[in-house]
Amino acid sequence: MNQIKHVDNNDLKEKINFECETGNYHTFCPISCVAWLYQKIEDSFFLVIGTKTCGYFLQNALGVMIFAEPRYAMAELEEGDISAQLSDYEELKRLCLQVKRDRNPSVIFWIGTCTTEIIKMDLEGIAPKLEAEISLPIVVARANGLDYAFTQGEDTVLAALAQRPNAKQLETQLEKAIPTDKDYIEHVPLILFGSIPDPVVNQLTLELKKQGIQVSGWLPSKRYTELPLINEGNYVCGVNPYLSRTATTLMRRRKCKLIGAPFPIGPDGTRAWLEKICTVFSIEPKGLQQREDEIWEKLKYYVSLIDGKSVFFMGDNLLEISLARFLIRAGMIVFEIGIPYMDKRYQGAELQLLQKTCKEKNIPIPIIIEKPDNYNQVDRIRDMKPDLVITGMAHANPLEARGINTKWSVEFTFAQIHGFTNAIEVLELVTRPLRRNQKLEKIGSQRYTDRR
Amino acid sequence: MKLAYWMYAGPAHIGTLRIASSFKNVHAIMHAPLGDDYFNVMRSMLERKRDFTAVTASVVDRHVLARGSQEKVVNNISRKDKEEKPDLVVLTPTCTSSILQEDLQNFVNRASIETQADVLLADVNHYRVNEMQAADRTLEQIVQFYIKKAQKTKQLDTTKTIEPSVNIIGSFNLAFHNQHDIAELKRLMSDLNIKINSIIPEGASVQELKNLPKAWFNIVPYREIGLLTAEYLKDEFDMPFIDTTPMGVVETANCIRKIQYILNDNNADVNFEKYIDIQTRFVSQSAWFSRSIDCQNLTGKKAIVFGDSTHAAAMTKILTKEMGINVVWAGTYCKYDKSWFEKEVGDLCDEIVITDDHNLIGDLIAKVEPAVIFGTQMERHVAKRLNIPCGVISAPVHIQNFPLSYRPFLGYEGANQIADLIYNSFTLGMEDHLLEIFGGHDTKEVLSAGLSVTSEDSEIKWNLESQAELTKIPGFIRGKIKRNTEKFAQEQKMETITLEIMYAAKEAAA
Repeated sequence: MNQIKHVDNNDLKEKINFECETGNYHTFCPISCVAWLYQKIEDSFFLVIGTKTCGYFLQNALGVMIFAEPRYAMAELEEGDISAQLSDYEELKRLCLQVKRDRNPSVIFWIGTCTTEIIKMDLEGIAPKLEAEISLPIVVARANGLDYAFTQGEDTVLAALAQRPNAKQLETQLEKAIPTDKDYIEHVPLILFGSIPDPVVNQLTLELKKQGIQVSGWLPSKRYTELPLINEGNYVCGVNPYLSRTATTLMRRRKCKLIGAPFPIGPDGTRAWLEKICTVFSIEPKGLQQREDEIWEKLKYYVSLIDGKSVFFMGDNLLEISLARFLIRAGMIVFEIGIPYMDKRYQGAELQLLQKTCKEKNIPIPIIIEKPDNYNQVDRIRDMKPDLVITGMAHANPLEARGINTKWSVEFTFAQIHGFTNAIEVLELVTRPLRRNQKLEKIGSQRYTDRR
Repeated sequence: MKLAYWMYAGPAHIGTLRIASSFKNVHAIMHAPLGDDYFNVMRSMLERKRDFTAVTASVVDRHVLARGSQEKVVNNISRKDKEEKPDLVVLTPTCTSSILQEDLQNFVNRASIETQADVLLADVNHYRVNEMQAADRTLEQIVQFYIKKAQKTKQLDTTKTIEPSVNIIGSFNLAFHNQHDIAELKRLMSDLNIKINSIIPEGASVQELKNLPKAWFNIVPYREIGLLTAEYLKDEFDMPFIDTTPMGVVETANCIRKIQYILNDNNADVNFEKYIDIQTRFVSQSAWFSRSIDCQNLTGKKAIVFGDSTHAAAMTKILTKEMGINVVWAGTYCKYDKSWFEKEVGDLCDEIVITDDHNLIGDLIAKVEPAVIFGTQMERHVAKRLNIPCGVISAPVHIQNFPLSYRPFLGYEGANQIADLIYNSFTLGMEDHLLEIFGGHDTKEVLSAGLSVTSEDSEIKWNLESQAELTKIPGFIRGKIKRNTEKFAQEQKMETITLEIMYAAKEAAA
């Protein structure tokens, strides 16, 4: 069994080449997190306090969801709000009462945007007062484009949520999880964080159950009213690579112990994630090698399609390191890993697994480019001619027209990609352009523009 | 503050970007935070553009907030100048830069000293104008800039072309069926023996703007974007323009008569009446179609119309004047264009609705219960909920409103397309209604056809958790998952299906 050692940052710096470019890249605005969070937290309502620009983005990016009476809306700021002719408190109160009357949510999330930052609207200050007045919890998250990219929006929301649950019970002392049945061993409570669809929650919970580990709760839970008890000394572990603020909040504010593990993406990642958790609880993992082998066996067809092929991550959703690591294990060669933001501490174990994977596959460790510059990247793509570029929708069609296979990165955010069961979904996505374009070869030329 | 779920018109910068990126070799730089470049996605996805959208952001982040943009914007402009060698760089303010109140004009002035390209600051205020107004203004601004530039360098040639010629002002990306409309207008002009002097802005180079005055007249097919430019050219060069939208056979004829008037005014001596007559009676099918027996059934049917002012007004005219349909109310979200809209359709419908609140529109539709709706994508969804047929006639639009096949709304072929759209909406509604009255086609219950979930022959039980899980699976694949899981459980000799078995079955099926 290969256990994951403690990560030594200096060690990593020598071996992995990190670079930082200009930050001129395309990504979704972090307010897009409302799209999946309102669906995940069933009794919530998300109020995005911003301008028409924010609204236009949500309306177009979320497409059909808009028409399904979503539990989110814009509090659209008008000129009077910007120039402080109107009272923020009164305005927000009016809208929140309307939301309360029409939708009766258990919680309202205020999503702060660039505009509320610039005009310094004191959302954190207003919320507690208004909360008391309208007797409805209000959680403030600043998911703005000044500070964050795409999936980091979820991080800001979960970090805000992490401060909410059972605040008055902070005093209660460290307690052991009481095994509810004989399937579990006795251990310090474990809480997992990261928003993933309910079926995936069940799958990962069951994987841990097979090792005798009981998951005491998930952040976020299905309903706001079911937020888990988080007590000092509890263990927490992330399932997504973009949750560094949430991790920090749980450690610093809630005094939890963070299990730094690779993320359960791909069979290799899932196994390493489970093993790390087992190690922390001093459990000898059972049957994981066999389980991983079985999954790889099922992936054989997909692996045969991508074996030896090259891939280039332009970077926009912070899943890049984990996906690259999985794809290298599956036989691909990664040219470049673009990523909006790289938390070397929170992703430490993942980086180490990447390093280890490259070593075992005997290929050079790809360069990791933080805050990439899309213009330069397109230049590099022209030179390197990778077999696949994982990129946002702004570049996908133009690259396809130049004969380069692309996969939109956004799909990895919305698809079920965690755990053993869903490894196949990742490869299904990755190989789709390759499978499709193979079939189209008969049309003739793969180039559909004369421009550079 | 306003509680809003949906908006009909986008923010101002979208309008500016639509104009800038329609021109050839013009680059727009947005002064905006990360993520505001969503325009590139829309252009690349909805219009399926093959080339990189010439829009980049000069990113506003925390540092900019603390210290101002300083050299950043200037550097970004000169960088693009070197990389792409554009003719023009348009610095585009966003809602964020409106509040930051940085002196963007100063950046433009400084940058243009070093750049080969011309540099302009789009003169639009996020909080005052919407997408269309901004696009209208930006187009005027660019045209004006290049006309003035040509005047200064004495390169402006205002001699009219020898043969009658026209500028079409109103070709741009992300507009409703625009590509097809422009093709149809070109065809119409060629039928009338009028040369096309220039089509702006889509595909046009800014260098050709100085030739605009050479045309005999301008035509502005959509009143949302292009009128300011046409008015400017009228003031500056006394160029006449036509703002009658040639949508429907009646309005197309009106438009052609106006062209005739302008040409004759310039001693061209033309008569298009015969052309109009032949087109209306024999070439286009829609006039005959409205006259045919089939369309009698549509007489007096209730319809409502909503959209941008161009399309909503034209559609109201077609429905009432060309098909005898009763438009209960017609409306537009172009609030600033209220008086024009009222003047155009005031006599044609019972009521006029001017609003950009989609909830109000939804309520009004529900109240009137029309037989058909012609509106935007939003009305299509309202219609779906209320079970009323709907034809989409105006932006805002989805990807299906960018069809590959030839689907103009303007000119004689456009009239055919619209007639089909109207007729198909109605018949579908009628069919539906008749089916309901007579209890549907299939009165016999379909037993275990294998499509749905209910195959009762299985002995296997599902525990509560797995049942709950099953209900979360989208309906169209639920049956398949259920069968696969049961088959798997049978093979494994399991009697009750648990969550674990479900996932195992999924893995096995892979």
